[in-house]
Amino acid sequence: MAMALPLAYASSVVHPFEAGRLSFSTKATKHKKQIYQFRNVTKVLAYYGLTNPPYKLDALEPYMSRRTLELHWGNIHRGYSDSLNKQLANSPLYGCTMEELIKTTFNNGNPLPEYNNAAEVWNHDFFWESMQPNGGRLPWGGVLDQIEKDFGSFSNFRDEFVHSAMMLFGSGWVWLVLKTNERRLLIVRTSNALCPLVWGDIPIISLDMWEHAYYLDYKDDVSKYVNNFMDHLISWHSATTRMVRAEAFVNLGEPKIPVA
Amino acid sequence: MALRALFTKTAPTLASGLGPFASAGGSGTRWQGLCHARGLKVAALPDLEYDYGALEPAISGEIMRLHHQKHHKAYVSNYNDALEKLDAAMAKGDVPAVVRLQSAIKFNGGGHINHTIFWKNLKPVNEGGGEPPHATLGWAIDTDFGSLEALVQKMNAEGAALQGSGWVWLALDKERKKLLVEATANQDPLVTKGANLVPLLGIDVWEHAYYLQYKNVKPEYLKNIWSVMNWKYASEVYDSEIA
Repeated sequence: MAMALPLAYASSVVHPFEAGRLSFSTKATKHKKQIYQFRNVTKVLAYYGLTNPPYKLDALEPYMSRRTLELHWGNIHRGYSDSLNKQLANSPLYGCTMEELIKTTFNNGNPLPEYNNAAEVWNHDFFWESMQPNGGRLPWGGVLDQIEKDFGSFSNFRDEFVHSAMMLFGSGWVWLVLKTNERRLLIVRTSNALCPLVWGDIPIISLDMWEHAYYLDYKDDVSKYVNNFMDHLISWHSATTRMVRAEAFVNLGEPKIPVA
Repeated sequence: MALRALFTKTAPTLASGLGPFASAGGSGTRWQGLCHARGLKVAALPDLEYDYGALEPAISGEIMRLHHQKHHKAYVSNYNDALEKLDAAMAKGDVPAVVRLQSAIKFNGGGHINHTIFWKNLKPVNEGGGEPPHATLGWAIDTDFGSLEALVQKMNAEGAALQGSGWVWLALDKERKKLLVEATANQDPLVTKGANLVPLLGIDVWEHAYYLQYKNVKPEYLKNIWSVMNWKYASEVYDSEIA
């Protein structure tokens, strides 16, 4: 598939959702230069802009209400983004893409203060893009083949994903990741803000299991939330795009070489 | 008002004499027969001493009802399940199973412990909730924190800073006879931070404890919960440990 793949694979996503509507969402990494005329000082700051979810806030009804998205994106996600920018104003970290920032601030397990905010900003961006209106149902093509290869069948994968989500104790995320070393898909649970990027793996789909993601709509009925996500919200379009990109970094299988 | 009528729970607590956590299965639970035979003490959901709506406007009746009837009850039943499985695994000598069950026991058992304390920490305003501590506990707070306001501020700061889910505690170190503010993650009980720590007051900062009412404005919840704090309970625990 001929497509310009940027080095930072998740920095721009193309997904045609509705007929005739192409939406690009880019993670805005702007460098703000302030030049003081009276002092020869140029101050370079890193700044990460809050991106919009690639659909209107009421597009995921009735499985995720507009009110949830208003609060989750508008207050919580925005809050992380503002906190991050405030921290970065006084920090020597600049010139990073979001992924680089996360890996740097994770600091191999001893996270710097900016890690939490950076990871949460990225996690939420990834999460919005992991969902779409009229989502769910089955994946197709290479994604389906890989799932069947690594989990046996799609229903095995689905059961394992739901089970993993139900077994999460506390706040966290459930991910379908492509493990770069094992070269296979795996379901991973992380706590709080932890993100599989820090292990060098490539996330394909994520589900936010923090209570604020579902409490307004489902109260304590976690199983309904997870099942609705799998059946109606998950965006296999996004998963396909991400898999395509991931294959540029991970060799998922060599062509069969006939034995002479 | 209508809320109070809907959510009134007036069932008396079972006088079991086995302490707040154990019950010999007397409430007709399905574990009754099996575990009674094995002598396994299962946990039981304790009743609240006040109506669900009695803590308004600090904590809404809807939150109290869900928190008690759904979340706490789930911890109790999952703990009992895990306990049953643990008992079976220990009897069989299945060490991997015993180890595997530890996280479920810690999480659900911790949840049960923490919430049982939490219900006792809260009291409606017209029954003395929010009244500041006096005598021994009051003096201890002044000694260790400077003032009650300083303690409240410290606990609120810890609560606001806590990432993810967890609890903030006013703890008594009974060895050193000092008061401390501690935070625990997820449902870890206070003893995981120190075997000598006794919980006097705990604040649940899991999102289910406030999200329906306060949305993501956690500091508002932390500010308001002090108006229904049961300092009398904290004083009683303090006095009994210090003595």
